[in-house]
Amino acid sequence: MNASVAVTQPRREGAALKTKDSQSLPLTRLATPGGKETTPRGTPVSEVAFEVDNLSCWFGQHQAVQDLSLQIPARAVTAIIGPSGCGKSTFLRSLNRMHELVRGSRLSGQIRLFGENIYGPRIDPTLIRRRVGMVFQKSNPFPTMSIRENVTVGLRLNGVRNRVALEERMERALRMAALWEEVKDHLDRPGTSLSGGQQQRLCIARALAVQPDVLLMDEPASALDPIATTKIEELIQELKKDYTIVIVTHNMQQAARCSDYTAFFYMGRLIECDKTDKVFTNPSNKQTEDYVSGRFG
Amino acid sequence: MERHFDQELADLKENLLRMAAFTEQSLAQALKALVQRDDALAKKVDADDAVLDKLEIEIDDRCVKLLALRQPTATDLRFITMAMRLSGELERIGDQAVNIAHRAEELNREPLLKPLVDIPRMADHAQGMIHNSLDAFVYAKPNLAREVIKRDEKVDLLNRQLHRELTSFMIEDPHTITRCLNLMSVAHNLERIADHATNIAEDIVYLYEGRDIRHQNELMTP
Repeated sequence: MNASVAVTQPRREGAALKTKDSQSLPLTRLATPGGKETTPRGTPVSEVAFEVDNLSCWFGQHQAVQDLSLQIPARAVTAIIGPSGCGKSTFLRSLNRMHELVRGSRLSGQIRLFGENIYGPRIDPTLIRRRVGMVFQKSNPFPTMSIRENVTVGLRLNGVRNRVALEERMERALRMAALWEEVKDHLDRPGTSLSGGQQQRLCIARALAVQPDVLLMDEPASALDPIATTKIEELIQELKKDYTIVIVTHNMQQAARCSDYTAFFYMGRLIECDKTDKVFTNPSNKQTEDYVSGRFG
Repeated sequence: MERHFDQELADLKENLLRMAAFTEQSLAQALKALVQRDDALAKKVDADDAVLDKLEIEIDDRCVKLLALRQPTATDLRFITMAMRLSGELERIGDQAVNIAHRAEELNREPLLKPLVDIPRMADHAQGMIHNSLDAFVYAKPNLAREVIKRDEKVDLLNRQLHRELTSFMIEDPHTITRCLNLMSVAHNLERIADHATNIAEDIVYLYEGRDIRHQNELMTP
């Protein structure tokens, strides 16, 4: 494990990802001794998290994303909006190399995460998926596991064995996901015993436990009631202080409420990307205008 | 795709234009009452003001409901927020028309001081500015709105000129003071009306271009 980390993360300074050391990694961002800020994983922070150049994605003959170029700023929330089938979920899944898991899929172009080509020849996709966590539309806690196990499973798979460290990381992840107070007295109950909104926050805690750099969210609140939705949206605002968040949503008002930047996709292409307040008050493009004001889509 | 919301916005626009037409009519009647020394018409302007007050409340109420229920974005959002401001500007113009009507009644109690020259000129500008800013709204012409804003300077100039002239009248003959003060008040109200027309024009540029040009001369070029 350590060897693969060292090989696939050549630019990472201080071997911050080594499994044994990772127990002591802080969950919040730090200034390194040189004064340089780092992400939760210890990656040096730049202004831009993802740089996407000429990305095209296919499912067999069908091209879902067409020659798309976009920069996603670090430590901000970027919302991807667009009608069904516009390629937004495919785009999201290409950011942590999940697109390639679909049979017959292929992809061209380049995606760099903090300057590093995530499709580079020596990159381990599982490592990318660890750095770029994902939360899905339907909450999916592991059904046979307790709340505690759901949060710590990623750490245990990564070789963290120290019980005290595991407990500490679990508590921090659950606190960050704003779930700790609700579950701290029954951590051994099944994850599936929680309500829908709590289950979704449990999945966020599970994603946060392995200290990713980026959190991708694919319609994270679309199956939740308004109160649970508000909690997730509040959580997103808290998390963006430390994490880069990319959220796909059908709910325009949600994009307006919780994102800093909004990208509008249509038929696999990027139509417009700008600050969210600009997109919702004075979009530059007519198609964007028609979509955000509900004239089509 | 035609939305139900589009019909609601069209209704709102219609209400605004009805209020605008009524405002223009009140102002025209107030000025006619002044020039033709018509007390009855002045009283009508005063009584009609209640209609404008009611329309203002109706429009604002409609806007608040649309904001709450439709959560508008982009042009729709700019239109509704602009409509709320526009109704306020129109209501203020109506109040100023009432002020002019009151001054006209006062002036009618004494003989004419002198033939009115600068006041009708100011009135032409002020009325033209309102009319053009509303045309800019109806026909989506932000550049016409910009022309309105430039015209405000001329009204200010005429107002200062009239002040100097009326001051000299008062110095010469203190018996004219009441009439001069009333005329000064009319001029001041016309100057304020031109300012309201300017505000409307600025709102129209924001509506159609999404650019807030208030207090920024450099943004006057499209």
